[in-house]
Amino acid sequence: MAIHEKTLIEPERILQHDKLVVDGVDVSGHWNTMITPRTVVDYDDDFEATIQKYTGGENVHRCWQCGSCTNSCTMYAQNTDFNPRYWIYVTRLGLKDEIIRDKEIIWQCVSCNKCTNICPKDVRPEGVMKALAHWLEEEGITDKTPSTIFDEEFTEQIYARGRIEDGDVMKNFFKKTGQPLMQPWLVEMIKRMVRYMPVAHLMRMGTNTVFKPRTKSWGRTGEVLQEYVREQKEAAHG
Amino acid sequence: MAKVAYYPGCALEGSGGPYDRSTRAIVKALGLEMENLKDWNCCGAMEVKNVHPMLQTYLSARNLAIATEQMGLDAVMAPCNGCYHNLKKAEFELATSEDALNTVKDLAKKSDDPEYTGDVRTLHLLEWLMEELGPEGVKAKVKNTLKGIKIANYYGCMYTRPRQIFPEKDQGPGSESSYKPHFMDDLLAAAGAENVDFPLKTACCGGAHTLSDADTSTQLVLNLLQAAEDSGAEVIATECPTCHSGLEMHQVRAEKEFGIKTGVKILYFTQLLGLALGLSPRKLGIHENVSDSMDFLKQRGVA
Ligand code: SF4
Ligand code: SF4
Repeated sequence: MAIHEKTLIEPERILQHDKLVVDGVDVSGHWNTMITPRTVVDYDDDFEATIQKYTGGENVHRCWQCGSCTNSCTMYAQNTDFNPRYWIYVTRLGLKDEIIRDKEIIWQCVSCNKCTNICPKDVRPEGVMKALAHWLEEEGITDKTPSTIFDEEFTEQIYARGRIEDGDVMKNFFKKTGQPLMQPWLVEMIKRMVRYMPVAHLMRMGTNTVFKPRTKSWGRTGEVLQEYVREQKEAAHG
Repeated sequence: MAKVAYYPGCALEGSGGPYDRSTRAIVKALGLEMENLKDWNCCGAMEVKNVHPMLQTYLSARNLAIATEQMGLDAVMAPCNGCYHNLKKAEFELATSEDALNTVKDLAKKSDDPEYTGDVRTLHLLEWLMEELGPEGVKAKVKNTLKGIKIANYYGCMYTRPRQIFPEKDQGPGSESSYKPHFMDDLLAAAGAENVDFPLKTACCGGAHTLSDADTSTQLVLNLLQAAEDSGAEVIATECPTCHSGLEMHQVRAEKEFGIKTGVKILYFTQLLGLALGLSPRKLGIHENVSDSMDFLKQRGVA
């Protein structure tokens, strides 16, 4: 597949004229398109360091811009605006506005790790994608994404019981994201699933959602872990 | 034959029930020995590392420590790619970072959990079968050959990536390859199946966003289903409960919401292997799959 690069010329900077006269000379025709100059003044010198404090962003400084991450990326193949190499570049330059421009798609990284697998500099781009998404959320630039809500629901169940329960994760996720539980395709799937299922199995699945699976020896582990994560986050972000 | 600790993880106890059932059935039929990992905890799947990576490392270290300290076993076997990946990642981190090891020790002390010593290895079910029996060993036990059933073997992301955490892969002949994995191909070929050349063996099914970004997952699953059909496959064989449920769910969603119907069947490799060993479809949980393959299997004389 060809490598498409993202243009740095945003549509609003392109000026087109049907008729254009410059210093008394009519330059209409081939010369009727102008691009307003771009002077970058809004960079943040500390932005790279900020992202390094987020989980996954630690190695962002190592990137040498080879483009392997983007070239192998699952999401890039779906949408060429999803470009980890570019986001790493602008992170290092401190161009927060460029990150904010793409805020609606950064969180879509599917964590397939193709980028991390191929990166010759151990940047771990997958982690950088997560770090940027969390930064956007914590700065209040985006709402909490469905992905974060899912992660948190999962983690809460582990803190509490050491194990998760599939049905419970799904139910709570839909509730927290304001979606109806009975999505038509899920109903269809469940219908197909229970078609031949023995009653005993259905009952076991049902009981699981009431009597949640738990690790008996979990003891204080959940609390200890929760406390550890709180301390670490405080040390990183104050 | 060395006994291993069996780590089913949350998925095999929940939506991956048929994988658990068929794994137990074939392990018994093949005469291998495993014991349930005592009172295990969730490995954190793909989610908790985003909250904090140490959380993931600790959860996995705790499971590995139970195997060595409480059960006296030196290998943990996980059939789920997510569990396998996380346990391997913890092994790698704790072997390469003293900081991480000290943190884990400290957390274990505070929680009164068994201490991780590192004298343990993690195996995926595929690796265990290859190690103990290999294709020849499986072939010797086949009662009902899969005779020419065309299979696309699908391994997904976490069994191979990132390759740094699997030092035993890519070690030349006999070892598993992280670029072009072949263990499942080898085992199913030994059972008589005809493996097709499937280019998306390690492509992503979008499992991380199955619910949170369903459109993307449906698209990625459709790529897999359509590529499998294009390669002439009748069945996609899976070795991960997340991939398997993702394929099933989004096959239904693509049909229901976008009117795109695909006919390829989806079965756990353990179910296919079990049929070849002469086990009944019910024993293998084939009736619990969403993707209905019974007519097809009967027609091909294996069920
Ligand atoms: S693969 Fe690594 S070094 Fe290359 S552009 Fe991506 S992050 Fe940078
Ligand atoms: S992990 Fe994310 S950024 Fe990396 S290749 Fe996969 S989708 Fe792209």
